[in-house]
This record gives sequence, structure tokens and C-alpha cells, in this order.
Amino acid sequence: MSTTAVPDVAVTPVGAGFWSRTRKVGLVLLALGLLATVLFGALATGEQARFTLSEDAAGAALKVDGTVGAIVFGLITLAAGGTMFTGLPRQWFIPVLAVGLVAFVLSFLCWQVSAAPAGQNFMPLVNIVRGTFLLALPLIFGSLAGVLCERSGVVNVAIEGQLLMGAFSGALFGSISGSVWVGLVAAAVGGSLISLLLAVFSIRYLVDQVVMGIVLNLLAVGITGFLYERLMQTDAARYNSAPRFSNWEIPLLSDIPVLGPALFRGNIFLYLALLLVLVIHIALFRTRWGLRTRSVGEHPTAADTLGVRVLGLRYRNVIMAGAVAGIGGASYTLALFSFTKNMIGGKGFIALAALIFGRWSPSGALLAALFFGFADQLATYLGAINSVIPGQFLAMLPYLATILAVAGLVGRVRAPAADGKPYIKG
Amino acid sequence: MEPGEIHALLGENGAGKSTLMNVLYGLYQPDEGEILVDGRPLRLRGPSDAITAGIGMVHQHFMLVPVFTVTENIMLGAERVRGGIAGFLDRRRARSEVAEVSQRYNLRVDPDAVIEDLPVGIQQRVEIVKALTRDVDLLILDEPTAVLTPQETEELLTVMRSLKAAGKSIVFITHKLGEVKAIADRITVIRRGKTVGTASPEASRDELAALMVGRTVRLTVDKAPAAPGEPVLELSGLFVDDDRQIRAVDGVDLTVRAGEVLGVAGVQGNGQTELIEAIMGLRPVLAGTVTLAGQRIDGWSTKKVLRAGVGYVPEDRSVDGLVKEFTVAENLVLDIYDRPPFGRGLSLRPDEITRSARERIEQFDVRTPSAEAPVGTLSGGNQQKVIVARELSRPLKLLIAAQPTRGVDVGSIEFIHSRVIHERDNDTAVLVVSSELDEVIGLADRIAVMYRGRIIGVVGPDTPREEIGLLMAGIIPDATGGPPDAGSVPDIGPTATVDADPVAVTDADTVSGSGVPATTDRDVAAITDGVAPAAEGTGSEDEKDR
Repeated sequence: MSTTAVPDVAVTPVGAGFWSRTRKVGLVLLALGLLATVLFGALATGEQARFTLSEDAAGAALKVDGTVGAIVFGLITLAAGGTMFTGLPRQWFIPVLAVGLVAFVLSFLCWQVSAAPAGQNFMPLVNIVRGTFLLALPLIFGSLAGVLCERSGVVNVAIEGQLLMGAFSGALFGSISGSVWVGLVAAAVGGSLISLLLAVFSIRYLVDQVVMGIVLNLLAVGITGFLYERLMQTDAARYNSAPRFSNWEIPLLSDIPVLGPALFRGNIFLYLALLLVLVIHIALFRTRWGLRTRSVGEHPTAADTLGVRVLGLRYRNVIMAGAVAGIGGASYTLALFSFTKNMIGGKGFIALAALIFGRWSPSGALLAALFFGFADQLATYLGAINSVIPGQFLAMLPYLATILAVAGLVGRVRAPAADGKPYIKG
Repeated sequence: MEPGEIHALLGENGAGKSTLMNVLYGLYQPDEGEILVDGRPLRLRGPSDAITAGIGMVHQHFMLVPVFTVTENIMLGAERVRGGIAGFLDRRRARSEVAEVSQRYNLRVDPDAVIEDLPVGIQQRVEIVKALTRDVDLLILDEPTAVLTPQETEELLTVMRSLKAAGKSIVFITHKLGEVKAIADRITVIRRGKTVGTASPEASRDELAALMVGRTVRLTVDKAPAAPGEPVLELSGLFVDDDRQIRAVDGVDLTVRAGEVLGVAGVQGNGQTELIEAIMGLRPVLAGTVTLAGQRIDGWSTKKVLRAGVGYVPEDRSVDGLVKEFTVAENLVLDIYDRPPFGRGLSLRPDEITRSARERIEQFDVRTPSAEAPVGTLSGGNQQKVIVARELSRPLKLLIAAQPTRGVDVGSIEFIHSRVIHERDNDTAVLVVSSELDEVIGLADRIAVMYRGRIIGVVGPDTPREEIGLLMAGIIPDATGGPPDAGSVPDIGPTATVDADPVAVTDADTVSGSGVPATTDRDVAAITDGVAPAAEGTGSEDEKDR
């Protein structure tokens, strides 16, 4: 007897598939390219747009004629959109998208810089890069805290509160002890305390994790606000004048053009953030701890049946996350400003957005945080050159980008499967 | 348990088999009693203790992380690491261990494949390899055949035999008698949490079934020959995606006539769920048409489809069929609450609802304390009767019943089956989807076998089980000559030329006699197999409810 096995064929395509994701994104890029080429090209002036490479405004710079730059970069975006629209291999999707978007931003900058008031037709790249990292710092720490928590299956909406508590305890104990290091440790402990509450209530008492996170944010605002008024303001010299970490210059690396002065003459927090991204990324994907953490975030029952202590691991990760976010909060009070009420101002929520935009990976979160930091920095710059574009538009970018990411326009975003689900044994 | 023994644990759903084994695996703590290993009492505080004691378990719902590779899943919990405290994973060593074990026991798996891309049969193999790499002496297999095709089941039995030859002991939990008889050395039957007897594999199926169920039951469905009339439901070139945007229904053509039961057989997850949901308007139809009594209904809202005369018994009653917190009476009018006599203007009329509920509770033999009891407090069988009562209380052109007796006790199965046949005799077209072949064979006048989103054959109810089993595995017995008939299987493109002629397929001569032992005895299996893979949970819930 002979038999026929049904061949393992790929599914039969259905006609309705014309508007694939690539096509839609391609169309958006085409529209952006058109906007850039025509509008930015028309609005740009013949002034030279200069992108200065050193701290000196008159020093070496990349120069381009405003109109020419705006049009050329606009055309690049158009080309990227066109390529995408006519179809391209999967692995090219992200690179082409990146080229298109970067070219669009450059076209926009050519217009803005060339149309700036006379004498201000330059963009100080060092400042921009430095500012980008500076503004991204709390986002990097915050989103790393999110990665640690959510990869093990606990949603961390309390990042804002953890940052705030870290900033506060860093300032308070740094001031009292007069030591930056004591302040740093106190900041980590402060962030962990918020985390501990999150862990106990969501892991032990199964309270909804999102609700708990929001409550903790409000709690942190309340406690720090109260102590700020009752304690810090009564004697600011004693309680709210923490010493600050000085900048460390890294030999050799600090001589690299643009990146050197922007990145390698920074403070400990900048180095710590980059180091943590690297360490957590490697740990998450290469070590036993990472494998177990991810298994607990994806399928805790499976992990349990193999002898992994699900709840213990979750506790540990959530508390570590608090420490990381706490240090992030201290990057304000132990390096830049003294503590003020509610000084985090929503950065914790943008960090949450960066976490999602970065697809729950440490390196993704870093890139997302930098992107958001750049948007923030650009808004400041546009304000300084009296741009017609209100900075608030750029302030919307992180949220807009996150909505697009969650809607699946920039690749599939998939949270850890057990994220937010309490594990009940048996 | 003796070393090198295969011990079958037989019992109905909810009899306590899985619970017992979870205790043995350290997942649950016993309230009383002790476990003896080699004569010494063993206290298990968790699965890791069980693993240390040499006990491994393959769970009914696989304990595999879908986004991990085979190697990652196998190494989890027992990782080989380098670099001291940092604990870097030694993937190369883990991979070679996986390869070694899978070679030794002849269990082929690709160490680098990602679990979610693998078919269930292979996933199960990964589970077995996972246990074997932990050097277990005792392997517990919890309902391992529930999600397998007959051919995959046969392979599994071969694997079990070779494990036995290697000196491993196996506890084999099942409710399928054929498999037990084919492989077990000793059989323990469990009912309602108690051991009710041990038997040798020589015991007859009837004896075993009686032990398991506790009474002798009638297993066949009585029905007169069908008198099919006009086509009521016609599907043509239907394409539907599942939740992950993967094609689930891949060009289905199907006709159900008035006064006949069309059974859709197939292993779970071959597109049956999506097919039904597409007909009901619960899932978008990508291409093709759905016609109800000459009227196109694809693209209609579910409410409109229901009101056009379609009754729907959904696959998962607790999710799609009932609002558990609502009362029996409320659940009985979920479909027509806004129509007279139950609703008037903006308000409901509770008296009417209660009155009609009492009537239907009587009529459909729903065992409930009152019409006001929350439906979630009823047993699975009675919950299902509430759904059936609701759906059959409207004038129907078409009844769609998906897994109508999953997780339902034997008495209710008989009742529900008889109501379905009764509905057919009233000239309603009936579409029954079930992953239990015996239910399909018992009810259907024609059987369509679904495989990978396609109907790969439509056969009569007298077709031998083995043949249907082969079809369920995607193997089509070759037609013995004659041009292919386009009647039952649509030609879906150059890649999938399926030459199936309904006549040829039903021709028993073309099928080899080597059937699957598990599936030869239809009569008994109709109840014992009567509950599908995912039903263990619902089953034990029944226990609780009583």
C-alpha cells in the first residue's frame, strides 16, 4: 500500500496581503521624505548649516548649504521609503528604516540650523551628544530597572517612585554624612525599599502589579514631598546639600572628536549606566541567573517543575531593580542639582516607554533611552535658536514612538509571557 | 513500582490521577500519608527533591518555555556553568549532552530549534529527553497521548518500550484503554481519588471500563439513518488566520445539509477552532464565502449570525459559553435577553426569565439547586447542559457544537448526544467538531478530517478508525486508480495537490490493517476517550463543585 503525506507547504497567500507592514511603513517614509524634500527644502535658507565638532563654536565643523542639505537628506528618506514600498528582504527592514528616519532628522536640522537667527547657524554637536546622554541617564537606569523586574515577570510601573526615592535618600544621606559614596549606597537602598513594597504586595499578596506600581509612585511623591518640606527646607545646608561626584576624564578615550569630550569627561553615573547595560545584557542572555530569570518571566510553572525557585528569584530581581533605579535617581542629586519636590517629573514613565520601545532588552532600552534623550535635547536646542517648531512637539516624541512600537509598526513587540501575572503554586 | 516496569494509572478525568502524580513530583504537598522509595520514606519539599530522588515527570501541559531553544529548556534548572559565581552557561556542553541522550534513546531532536516552532509530538520528545538528562529512574507520563495523532502515539509507545528495556520504570497516566492494554505491565484504576482496583493487561476492556466509570454504560449513540435535505451551510474557499496571524484555515470547502450531522475530526490545533469562529463571525474571514441557507453571512456580526438561526456550543464553555458569576436563569437568556418576552424597552422582565428558566431546567435535566444559583457552582456536565438548553431553545437552521462533551460526565454525554441527534431529526443541519474520534464517529453521518487547515478527506461513518487516524496524521491512502475527483478536496494550488476521491478514500481495501491499538475498540472508548486534552482542569473542577 502506498500513502501520500500532505506536503509541508507554506500557507497559500491570500490576495488581501498587499498592505503589508513593510508597505505601510514604506508609505509613511515616502510621505516624510516628500515633506522633507519639499517643505524643509523650501524653508531652508542658503546659509551654511554648520555642525561644530569641538566645544569651540568657530572650530572645525561639518558644513553644508542649508537648502542643498535639506533636499538631499529628504531625497534619501524618499529613496528609503521607495525601497521599502517596493519590497525588501526581512533583515533589511530595520536598517533601511533607520537610514530613512535619520535622513529625515538631518534634513530637518539643515532647515532649522540654516534658518536660525544670524550668527547662530551652527549646531554644537558636542553639547548635543553630551546633553543627550545626560537627559537619557535616568531613563537608562529606569529602563534597566524595568528590564530586571519584567524579565522575571513583575510589571514595574513604580520606576518613577524608585527614581524619586533614590534621588531623595541620596541627597539626604549624602548631605548628612558628607560623603558621595554614602549617598550612593543610600540611594540604592531607598530605591530598593520601594521595590520591596512592590515585591511583597505583588508577589506575596497578589495585588495587581500595575495598581501597586501607581500607588507606590504616589507614596514616593508623598513621603519625599513631606520630608522635603518638613526637614530639608528647614535646614537646607544640613539636609539638602549633598556633595557631588566630580567628572572623571578617561585618558585617550577623551581625545576622540565629539564623543571624547561628550562622553569620556563625564561623572560616575554615565560610566555606571553604560557598564550596567553591558553587564545586565550579558548576564541576562549568557548566565545561569539570566536563563532562570527569563524562564520565570515566560513560563514560571515550567521553571518551578525544574527546581527553580520562582518567587525567590522574583523577589531578588525586583529588589535589585529598585537599587538600580535608586542609583539613577541619585544621578540628579549627587551630580547635578539639590533635591526638589517631585524632581523626577515623569521620567520614570518615559523610562517605562523606553523599556517597551527597546523590547525588554537592556541594549534596546539603552538605544530607546538615547533616542528619547536626543528628542529632549533637540527641544532645548530649538528653543535656544528661536525655532518656529515648539519644543513641546518634540516632548511628545517618546510617547508617540512608544505607541507606534506597541502597535507593532516597528517590528513585533512581545512582552515576557508571564509579565504581570502573579505565580500561585499548585 | 518495580524497576523496568510500565505501570498504568487509569481513571476518568478528574479522578485524581494528575493530582497524585503532582504529589509524587513534589509540586503539591500531601495532607497525609507517605511515599516510599526503596523502602525508605521520602519527603518531597519541591520538584528538585523529586529530581534528586530520580523521579521525572512529563506533564500533560508541557513545561517548556516557548521562546527558548530545546537546549535552553533542557538545561534550565540543571545548568552547566563556567566562571564561578558569574555562572556563565556552558551551552556547548549542554548541547552535546542533549545530543548524547537523544542518540542513546533514539529520540531525535534538534538541540537548537526553538520550542514554539516544533510540533507537539516533538515537544513531548523534548520533555522526555529533559527528564532523561536528569538521570531519572522513574518517569511519570501524564496523559501523554492526549494531543498526539495515532501515529505519534505509536512512536511514543515504541519509545516507552525502549526506556523500559533500559531499566527505567514508567508511570503511564491515561484514560485510554487501548494504550494501556498495549503497553502496561500492571494497571491501577483510580476513581474519585481512590484506588478501586488493580488489573493485569489481560483484563478485558469492558472490565477496565466498568472499574473506571463505576457502572456499565451504554456507549453507542442510537440514531436512525439521516435524511439529508437542502444544503444549509456552505463554505467555499475559506481562509482564516489564528491569533498569531498564522494561517489556520487554508482553503476550506464544506457543505452541511439539513437533517445531517457533519463531524469534523482532527487532532486539536489543526484549524478547527478558527474555522468555527470564522463561521460565527468571531474571527475575520480573509477570503472565501460562508453561506447560510443561500444567504452570505461572512462579515456579519456574531449577533446577526446567531439571530439568523445558528446555534453555537463553544469549545471552551467557561470562557466563551457562560458567564460563571451569572445565575443559571441569566445564562439561559444571554442570547435573547433583549427580545420579548424577556426584555421590553430598556428593562428586563425577571419573572419571565425565571419562569422560562425553570421550564428549561426541567426539560434539559439540568441539576442545579435553583434557577438563581450562579452557573459556576454547577458541575461541568450541567454547565454544558445549560449551554445546550440555551442554544436549542431557538428555532435553528444550523447547530454548531465544538467539543460538546469535553470534561463532561458520562450521563451528561449521553444526554447531550441524544439532544444533538434529536435536533438533526428536526431537520436542522448539525456541524460537530471534536478532537475525540469516537464522538465524531458516533454522531456523524459524514466525517470531514481536518489537517493543517485543510479538509483532507470526507468519509462515511463506517470508515475504519485506522483510516481516519491516518487522515488525521495527514496521510492520504492513495486512490486505486481513477482520475482525482475535485468533489471533496479543493485543488489549492500547485504545492498541495491532494488526490483524494471520497469513494476511494472510504474503500477500506486500500488501507493497511496495522491500526493503532489504542483506537480499535470503539464501544468502550466512546466514553473513556470522551474527554479531550485540555479537559483535565475542567474535570477536576467538577470534583470541586460537587
